[in-house]
Amino acid sequence: MTTTLDFAPRPGAAPLPRMVLAQAGAEMRAMLRNGEQLLLTLIIPVLLLVGFSRAPLINVSGARVDFVTPGVLALAVMSTAFTGQAIATGFERRYGVLKRLGASPLSRPGLLLAKTAAVLGVEVIQVAVISAVALAMGWSPHGNPLWIALLIVLGTAAFSGLGLLIAGTLRAEATLAAANLVYLVLLGLGGVVFPVASFPEGVRPILELLPITALTNGMRSVLASGGGFPAGPVLVLLAWAVVTLAVASRTFRWE
Amino acid sequence: MPDAANTRPAAGADGTPAVEVRDLVKRYGRTTAVDGLTLSCARGRVTAILGPNGAGKTSTIEICEGFRHADRGDVRVLGLPPSDRSLKARVGVMLQSGGVPPAMRAGEWLRLMARFHAQPLDPAALLDRLGLTEHARTPYRRLSGGQQQRLSLAGAIVGRPELVFLDEPTAGLDPQARYACWDVVTGLREAGVSVVLTTHYMDEAEKLADQVIIIDHGRVVAAGTPATLTGAERQLRFRARPGLNLDELLSALPEGSAAKESPAGHYIIEGQVAPGLLATVTAWCASEGVTAEDLSIERRTLEDVFLELTGRELR
Repeated sequence: MTTTLDFAPRPGAAPLPRMVLAQAGAEMRAMLRNGEQLLLTLIIPVLLLVGFSRAPLINVSGARVDFVTPGVLALAVMSTAFTGQAIATGFERRYGVLKRLGASPLSRPGLLLAKTAAVLGVEVIQVAVISAVALAMGWSPHGNPLWIALLIVLGTAAFSGLGLLIAGTLRAEATLAAANLVYLVLLGLGGVVFPVASFPEGVRPILELLPITALTNGMRSVLASGGGFPAGPVLVLLAWAVVTLAVASRTFRWE
Repeated sequence: MPDAANTRPAAGADGTPAVEVRDLVKRYGRTTAVDGLTLSCARGRVTAILGPNGAGKTSTIEICEGFRHADRGDVRVLGLPPSDRSLKARVGVMLQSGGVPPAMRAGEWLRLMARFHAQPLDPAALLDRLGLTEHARTPYRRLSGGQQQRLSLAGAIVGRPELVFLDEPTAGLDPQARYACWDVVTGLREAGVSVVLTTHYMDEAEKLADQVIIIDHGRVVAAGTPATLTGAERQLRFRARPGLNLDELLSALPEGSAAKESPAGHYIIEGQVAPGLLATVTAWCASEGVTAEDLSIERRTLEDVFLELTGRELR
């Protein structure tokens, strides 16, 4: 039997918060359901955390887990805000998802808000899982949690800007390749597990300006050494966020 | 329930049609896709836009939907420019393909679309109406082409819009799914929703549309109700071996008749279809020693009109 449906027009947009929450929920579910995304956002960070804390691969003063955990937290932020978001957004454009959303009452700022909320939501899960594993391995965090929250938010903004810049201009396949390549390069160079101090002195000032290095150094200065407001890293991340988001908003192609 | 069905006005409260396009021009590089197109779609009616591939149908509809910008001309949707944000809640859109994240489940996507609207239709009831209930938990990429089309149609109407744009809504559907889609379009019309659809299927336009607009090379070549386009005239058709000399037949027919062979082996006699015509034609066939097959007297179809206007060449 067919259901009776009243097609009589009753148009109207839902309130913005409801639309943003609905979209953010859908995006979060999509990220957590996607196997490759999970590999990137949770499995690789946890494996790196366990591996580099247990095995004597790096030379650091103090407990290895205290050195590795802040770097892995920074990596987790990068994997979700940059790599995951760039790849997902690139394919959303390819499949006409962004185009179709453009015809819905959800505005573009609303969509970006939803994407940001979804990324932050996944990061909360990542931080919880990584912290739990690290604590079980004897991690003893220090410092003001407020600075950590600030660093994560700024890192998210900077990496989102970078991710959307790539996804908004390159083809989906090119975005996939570029996002993975940049992820690997930054993972290697940014002090995530290999200390920046182990690189030649000449390149260190350049490495310090990378967003991943700024985030890693900032997290480490607070969590490992109980340092105060991480002014340098905050400035570097802020600059990356402003520049990448400004350029992305100008160059982003929705279809 | 509001009594929209019986008081279906051709224009909105503000006196404007659902869609009004004047002198629209759209170019892609050196190709002119839309070339001075003018059309108007009445409120509460179903308007079908017909045209061969590359005629400018999708360009026109996507400009009305606000996806593309016109190079020249004036477009009004519900009396507003297509870029007006208030239209997003009032206009439903079905893209020709895609638009749904491949991994998202059918029901999940439709519920998401419903959440964007103040008073949406019940997504579960809509899935049921379109025969998608058992696929509600299937990811979009695993749906068949026809199921994807139907889900996309559901997404276009779940927000209870005043106007719906459907770009080839039944392309690739099996007969049952086509029928379900027609049923929905008819229901929308009865509820007072304006529908603008593009299609390649002449029978679809003939069955569903109050108004048919045929476009070719980016311009309107004919517009009207299916009945005015096909005309009241009837014609006699039959099949026989190709290459018959029709001059002799014509001289035996009443003044003003026309006879043609199109395509080869298919003969059409137009003009006064009087009782004697059949006898004249069969007598002539007998004298030529040919047997007329599939002989029939019928009205011109929309397909005849379409092919006459847009030609038979492949493009």
